[in-house]
Amino acid sequence: MINKDQLQNKEEIPMIDIKIDGKAISIPKTRPHSVTGKQEPTTIIQACSIAGVDIPHFCYHPRLPVSGNCRMCLIEYGIPAIDRDRKPILNPDGTPVIRKMPRPAIACFFNDTATTEIYTNTEAVKQYRQAVLEFLLINHPLDCPICDQAGDCKLQEYVHQYGQETSRFVEDKVIKPKKRAISSKIILDNERCVLCTRCVRFTREIIGIPALGILNRGGLNQISNYPGSDFEHNYTLNAVDLCPVGALTSRDFRFRMRSWFLSETKSICPGCATGCNIIIHSRDKQIYRLKPRENDNVNSVWMCDYGRLNYKWVNAQNRLTHVFAENTDGTQVESDWLSTLKKIISVLEKTPPKTTAILVSSRLSTEEIYLISKLAKRLDAFTDSISHLGEGDSFLLNKDLTPNSKAIQIFKLASKTPGDRIAEISKNIDEGKIRNLLVFGEDPIKSGIAPGILGRLDLFVICDILVNPSSKEAQYLLPGASFAEKQGTFINAQGRVQRFGKAFSPIGDARPEYWILANILTKITQESWPLTPEGIFNKITATTPGFENMTWELLGTVGMDIVSTANTTE
Amino acid sequence: MEFSVPNILKNKIDELILHYPEKRSVTLMALHAFQEYYGYISNEAIEWIAQKLSLMPITVLELVTFYPMFSQEPLGKFHFKICRTLSCALKGSKNIYTFLCNKLGLDPHLHGRQTTADGRFTVEYVECLASCNTAPVLFLNEDFYENVTEESVAELLSLCEQKEGENE
Ligand code: SF4
Ligand code: SF4
Ligand code: FES
Ligand code: FES
Repeated sequence: MINKDQLQNKEEIPMIDIKIDGKAISIPKTRPHSVTGKQEPTTIIQACSIAGVDIPHFCYHPRLPVSGNCRMCLIEYGIPAIDRDRKPILNPDGTPVIRKMPRPAIACFFNDTATTEIYTNTEAVKQYRQAVLEFLLINHPLDCPICDQAGDCKLQEYVHQYGQETSRFVEDKVIKPKKRAISSKIILDNERCVLCTRCVRFTREIIGIPALGILNRGGLNQISNYPGSDFEHNYTLNAVDLCPVGALTSRDFRFRMRSWFLSETKSICPGCATGCNIIIHSRDKQIYRLKPRENDNVNSVWMCDYGRLNYKWVNAQNRLTHVFAENTDGTQVESDWLSTLKKIISVLEKTPPKTTAILVSSRLSTEEIYLISKLAKRLDAFTDSISHLGEGDSFLLNKDLTPNSKAIQIFKLASKTPGDRIAEISKNIDEGKIRNLLVFGEDPIKSGIAPGILGRLDLFVICDILVNPSSKEAQYLLPGASFAEKQGTFINAQGRVQRFGKAFSPIGDARPEYWILANILTKITQESWPLTPEGIFNKITATTPGFENMTWELLGTVGMDIVSTANTTE
Repeated sequence: MEFSVPNILKNKIDELILHYPEKRSVTLMALHAFQEYYGYISNEAIEWIAQKLSLMPITVLELVTFYPMFSQEPLGKFHFKICRTLSCALKGSKNIYTFLCNKLGLDPHLHGRQTTADGRFTVEYVECLASCNTAPVLFLNEDFYENVTEESVAELLSLCEQKEGENE
């Protein structure tokens, strides 16, 4: 993927001096095009965004080609005045006289380089905004009380800020379809639509499939798919994010929660090795939706539908929420962390080298995988992991459907083909050489350990998030935490280390795996291990090639690339 | 059943394609050809044209629904197009339209084109027919009538019945 240096154009881009609402500012003369990346003259809306001046807009979106259809972004501008001989007219002090142009311009498209002054808060601009909004509300159903977008809606926001208090409209509103399933994942409400065509441009320009279009004309205009051919694709829900109003709603989220009750947590999608930056929207220990978060190094502003909808397991019925320990009669009974960890530690403390095997999921955080590598070293243990491969696609979705295989490789817990040591581990358990099996986040039987031999182990621990078919065989069953319930980092396929945040504390008695591991390690190595992801990560950076320049703090919200060294590149 | 387009139409489209630098530019002309040949543009026709011109059907459908001269349903045998733009409106085209609708059992308050249940008559408003000096005006199929009145429209209707009789 593109890295930051490549994004910054090699050649210096000349700056131009303009005034926005009387404030002088220097802006680059050109900006990269939203889709092609080619340098193009800076538009007024881009200049204003650099200056931190908000211009209301519907059809403009920084990641889509400009369409200029909504007129919400109208502003006034001024250019240097010239006399009859086309010579600049000067003030007594020698500065050019600036003349305000009689007609407004759309800020999203206008990029006349002669422009030297931009006015965004004049009386005229206020009137333009008010007028555009009045037109938009003419046929709008005003059903905000039952609209999923309420609270997040640009139309609501702008009407509140710039609209007029009363409506002058007394005629009948145009009736349009209100509940059209345009795909298995999206419902379209044509009455709420402001016809900005963001969704249409998204399908045509970003995913390259003109699935949506505008039918009819004038007041009867409506967005539509082609009848009988649904808008099916792995990236459709990005259109819902793009829609500035509540016209496109996700069937998954529809009517489930008012948006203002949701708290937002910056996170990383655990769905595949791409590591799209996301925001978790949650309330009361429940995830309601995932949305993409901007990161030009990884996912731009998009994410795939598979990853977006892959969160239900966090709150699933078969979540492991308590510690279980095997009774003398072989049944599993609820237990507590303290006594359980004590028993596990007492076995591991005394076990001779090469008698332990650890099976590690590549869904664990980097910090957890690192701690496991330390545990494996202390016990001289056999380790392996499992690949979970899918099809992948050419946009974002990676073939590797786990978020942290890279960390497994960096800390050498599996070979280049994870899973190739399982047969050997199984054989060694069978022959009684391996006495202890620790499993983090995988199903050992499904992974290839022969089911009949697990009873021969002295110690068999499974730490997982969901109950799996092997769970009932374990002597100790430890409830782990999902990506939403802990902090940590994942390292994506390109070797970018990215932090994910904690949306809520673990459900029930579950605990983050790093906490479990740090407790065990502290006891059996007689050293003290940090109990926080931050502490563990800063230990990693001190000892791992390629991580030297990183700190937890520096990773920030968009992550950092591993500096490639012979050890970390493939 | 596969939608099969007669050779005469196919050849016409192939010929049209030669005239434009880009295939997609043919879309409108192709739609005209289909409208003329079938009297309306079916979904099968839209899909056929889309495929022929390497477009997505939605792109063709956008055009079909944008232009009022294209119809997605078969039209009546007798097609009245009544001008409703300013000059004709001032000269009472609305009365003509209402009169005609009432005569044919159609609802003058409904928006858009209407066809009688027996499929014989279609009535619709159109925009300026460029004969403002002889307003109000209308088209009956390909024939143009000026300075129309309720009486002349009634006459036109009986003319239609007469024509139908002749053909039988
Ligand atoms: S559905 Fe939403 S994104 Fe699409 S045109 Fe309408 S308002 Fe814009
Ligand atoms: S591409 Fe991968 S990381 Fe991105 S949203 Fe999809 S599953 Fe998640
Ligand atoms: S944002 Fe500029 S016209 Fe829509
Ligand atoms: S207004 Fe009817 S012909 Fe011009």
